[in-house]
Amino acid sequence: MNADVVARVIPCLDVTDGRVVKGVNFVGLRDAGDPVELAARYDAQGADELVFLDITASSDKRNTMIDVVSRVAEEVFIPFTVGGGIRSVDHARAMLRAGADKVSVNTAAVENPQVIADIAAEFGTQCAVCAIDAKWDKDTSSWVVYLHGGRTRTDLNAVAWAERAVSLGAGEILLTSMDRDGTRDGFDVELTRAVTSAVNVPVIASGGVGTLDHLADGVLQGGATGVLAASIFHFGEHTISEAKEVMSRRGIRVRPAVS
Amino acid sequence: MTTTPKVAVLDYGIGNLRSAQKALQKVGADAILTREHGEIEAADAVVLPGVGAFGACMDALRQADLESAVHGAVNAGVPFLGICVGMQMLFDASEEDASAEGLGIIPGTVQWIPDTVQRPQMQWNQLHILHDDAMFAGLGRAPWMYFVHSFHGVPTHSADTVATVHYGQTLNVAFRRNNVFATQCHPEKSAHDGLALLANFVQWARV
Repeated sequence: MNADVVARVIPCLDVTDGRVVKGVNFVGLRDAGDPVELAARYDAQGADELVFLDITASSDKRNTMIDVVSRVAEEVFIPFTVGGGIRSVDHARAMLRAGADKVSVNTAAVENPQVIADIAAEFGTQCAVCAIDAKWDKDTSSWVVYLHGGRTRTDLNAVAWAERAVSLGAGEILLTSMDRDGTRDGFDVELTRAVTSAVNVPVIASGGVGTLDHLADGVLQGGATGVLAASIFHFGEHTISEAKEVMSRRGIRVRPAVS
Repeated sequence: MTTTPKVAVLDYGIGNLRSAQKALQKVGADAILTREHGEIEAADAVVLPGVGAFGACMDALRQADLESAVHGAVNAGVPFLGICVGMQMLFDASEEDASAEGLGIIPGTVQWIPDTVQRPQMQWNQLHILHDDAMFAGLGRAPWMYFVHSFHGVPTHSADTVATVHYGQTLNVAFRRNNVFATQCHPEKSAHDGLALLANFVQWARV
């Protein structure tokens, strides 16, 4: 890896009805707090970026998310990405206007790849994050893309889709392993490595973090430059500072956390 | 001397201008987004933000009729801050778009960062401060700032560079020319170090 890379630790906040929630395998959602309060705490602890995913993502709730984004932007002075239900340039614009730095598109990008190109053309590739939910498929010995929060299987090869998304203008890939999400067994580093080897944009590894060493594995074994986790931070198990200490001890360059 | 200085953030219709506005408000400025020449002339300080492509930003700045307002503020001697592509536009030209003419306030050109590293640099990195500057007061010798860029400024007069970062090679990322301070990083997205830099700008605007 380029010695000048500084890995990013990225807490992820799943938001519904204006609250942060965390489920295990998409069931049993547990309230994890107020998004603004949590985001400000992570900023103060030294998080490098934040990701907010609107997990309701129904169009009638969009204004709730816009309100969350604009309240976060009042209090948080690190970059943040907003995803979940963004289907058009207009949706993207609303989130960016409210104060988001980047938007991530997932299902909509597969259904209409042009949306990535449109967002990149309108706001720059640095704004356009392609989120990919991938799961190992035994029959084809490849990772395939899932949509609608993991409920719908496609025949799309995840690595090929990542390459296509980048060629369309995605400036970053947010890569979640459906096999590992919620397991606490660590990132799928093979999946991560397959994607980071195929594309020349930053890749954020996601899904499966149970220990702080898993974060370091995502960088060292997976080649990710960003590592995303939710539960280990939300419920006070670990702080950002502890995460960075472990990563630093494993030889990864990080921005020191605030003491 | 005003305790809450008025800072005009030039609004030419691109980018996430609200971030810069909110960060300036957080550190004590009365920050407004504006393209009204009267408001800009009345401001204690002026910020030129920018995001996206050099040529598109120059076009948008000219379409918003703000080129003369930039020169007016720079010539009037008020504290002036260029951020990201707002910094790049202060140069004469950019390798990104040979047909686009820059503002020519910092002599020099904007050039690609090397292709031996992933472009853009989208991460935090540590400034290496070359020259003491009131904008760096209290920040230590190596503050951490957030970057998103594929280009960096190469001034004709090397003394105009006040800070660098290392990414593939040494990149010039902050510049000072009289009342103009310009930086490639995003202080409005750089947590406490970034807010401290903006607080120094607001403090300067109070003088």
